[in-house]
Amino acid sequence: MSSLVIQDLHVAIGEKEIVKGLSLTINSGEVHAIMGPNGTGKSTLSKAIAGHPDYTITSGDVLLDGASILEKEADERARAGLFLAFQYPSEIPGVSIANFLRAAVQARMAEGEELDATAYYKRLYAKMDMLKIDRKFTSRSVNEGFSGGEKKRCEILQMAMLEPKFALMDETDSGLDIDALRIVSEGVNTLRGPDLGVLMITHYQRLLNYIVPDYVHVMWDGRIVKSGDKSLALELEAKGYDWVKKELALA
Amino acid sequence: MTSSIETMSAAPAVGSFTPEAFAAHLASLPPGLPAWWLERKRAAYARFAALPMPGRTDEAWRFSNISGLTLDGFALPAAATATPYAPIGIKKSAKLVFANGRLFSREVLAADLVARGVIVDTLQNALVRHEALVKEHLLAQPPKFGPGKFSALHEAFLADGAFVYVPKGVELEHPIGLFHYALGADAAVFPHSLVIAADQAKVTIVEYFGSTDDTEAQFAAGANDLYAGHGAQLTYIGKQDWSHRALSFQSNSTVVRRDARVQSLNLHLGARQARHESLSQLQAPGAFSEMLALTVARETQEFDQRTLQIHQAPNTKSDLLYKNALLDQAKTIFSGLIVVDPDAQKTDAYQSNRNLMLSEQAEANSLPGLEIQANDVRCTHGATSSRIDPEQEFYLQSRGIDKTTADELLTFGFFEEVLNRLADEDLHAALRTLIQTKFTK
Repeated sequence: MSSLVIQDLHVAIGEKEIVKGLSLTINSGEVHAIMGPNGTGKSTLSKAIAGHPDYTITSGDVLLDGASILEKEADERARAGLFLAFQYPSEIPGVSIANFLRAAVQARMAEGEELDATAYYKRLYAKMDMLKIDRKFTSRSVNEGFSGGEKKRCEILQMAMLEPKFALMDETDSGLDIDALRIVSEGVNTLRGPDLGVLMITHYQRLLNYIVPDYVHVMWDGRIVKSGDKSLALELEAKGYDWVKKELALA
Repeated sequence: MTSSIETMSAAPAVGSFTPEAFAAHLASLPPGLPAWWLERKRAAYARFAALPMPGRTDEAWRFSNISGLTLDGFALPAAATATPYAPIGIKKSAKLVFANGRLFSREVLAADLVARGVIVDTLQNALVRHEALVKEHLLAQPPKFGPGKFSALHEAFLADGAFVYVPKGVELEHPIGLFHYALGADAAVFPHSLVIAADQAKVTIVEYFGSTDDTEAQFAAGANDLYAGHGAQLTYIGKQDWSHRALSFQSNSTVVRRDARVQSLNLHLGARQARHESLSQLQAPGAFSEMLALTVARETQEFDQRTLQIHQAPNTKSDLLYKNALLDQAKTIFSGLIVVDPDAQKTDAYQSNRNLMLSEQAEANSLPGLEIQANDVRCTHGATSSRIDPEQEFYLQSRGIDKTTADELLTFGFFEEVLNRLADEDLHAALRTLIQTKFTK
């Protein structure tokens, strides 16, 4: 049983504070959704936790299984068990998905330990079959010329191979048509289980029809202002973000 | 004072390659070599001795580290007793291994290829047995990258090298491997390969230049001649992996005839300072030369690449793509010129030099150029220098890959555009492996 604890987190880009004191605890097996309008700091939160160098954590802490990860580089955080599914995954021309994933798997092995290529491909193909991804996919350059749906499936495949303790999924639904959304969601639901905690960031309630969260949080101006179960998402969908704004104004 | 320094640096110099050394070299050659060849060597030595060392004001050496050019402290090495095994994991039709300028070992052609007239032999043998062919093609193109002091030195001291002849219409399934080793401290070597693909012939040459010890100061002045007859298909892969303290000069000349296609890929890894000159002459309609190069420059290495694409006939095509990855304090120079002769209408020429800067201290110099005398042509050239994209780097790091490995992957990705031009997947994989060793050193 693992935990990811975000404690009173403040994040700035340059001089501008974006996340303004956010606290949240995610345990293994739980799926949390963070919803909120554009510009409220959702993506900043996920990138800061993953260790993007452009985002400065000015105060607060992030603990993975009780230990702070803030002093770690992005690659160390990933090896410790974090995974960021990007809203806009980078295209890496000339690097095949197979070689890329191989390097990522190799990075998790002890120094001097050699990757068993046969076992690696066996596992890769099993994950691809599970996610219904064509095997030809592996020889293509990472995300290069991919459709929105292919990019997101590629993210899910990486997540399946790297088996993180916690996945931060940043606007996984953006740029997807309804068929692609269904396929990607099926992938996430396949990976869902007692050993994985998920933080799903989304603007629209639509995604939550496919990946049903255990908890829903509403983020507003850099903070979580409301938490509840999945019914909160439906209420938001019906009433819109203005409803939150009015409630905040009353409080 | 300034002028006296310039005078000194521009004075003729022979360094270790004295008239006595040249006389000893001539005396070491086997008897029976054609008189014209010995005469050419004497003339080449006289040219070498009379020419000044390149100076700071020589346009052909612009940006080069002139003070790194030295002829001192080298010697013509003794015969080698053992060569290192160079694992280039591909199947070959035949193989010649030269060590310190002498044939060390060989793997001969299959009997059926010999019966069809394919020749893979030493230059010394070819000078006697195939004199007319050698005379027509060996170092037949005059130097075009400056006065040619080092080319003259090469011709003067060239003892032996490879001779490959593929007769009309013969296609070789597997590459021919040509290996040149410099062994021992201060060794000076003068490798040469002469490759003739007759009309409609098809052949791939894989040439390797290497040392046993990366810390030994060595000297190499090499050259090759590639000739593609009408409709021939010639692929040439050169891998330069000399000792990291070697000083290397290599001058390659390619002649492409009607409807012939030559693809060359030079991989530059070794030497402390390496100059590589590459000349393509498109002599008849339909000729196509694809010129590719990959360089991994690290520490204080300097790679100096000079190219010429000369379109001498209408409807000819050339396509040059040179990619350099620069680390540490390394330096690269690319100076390329596309020349289109007045009657070479409908020329299609492309030239691109791309530099990936992996260090703040590295320096890439680019001098692309055009000299067009025809009016109906398409010529494009460009040079770029870029750094690793931080978003790509973060993406890889976010998957647990450390920064060094991430940069290595991105560098391979950068190179892949060139490696993908190779039709042969085994060769592609072998080159990747060789580049990998450069990163893990």
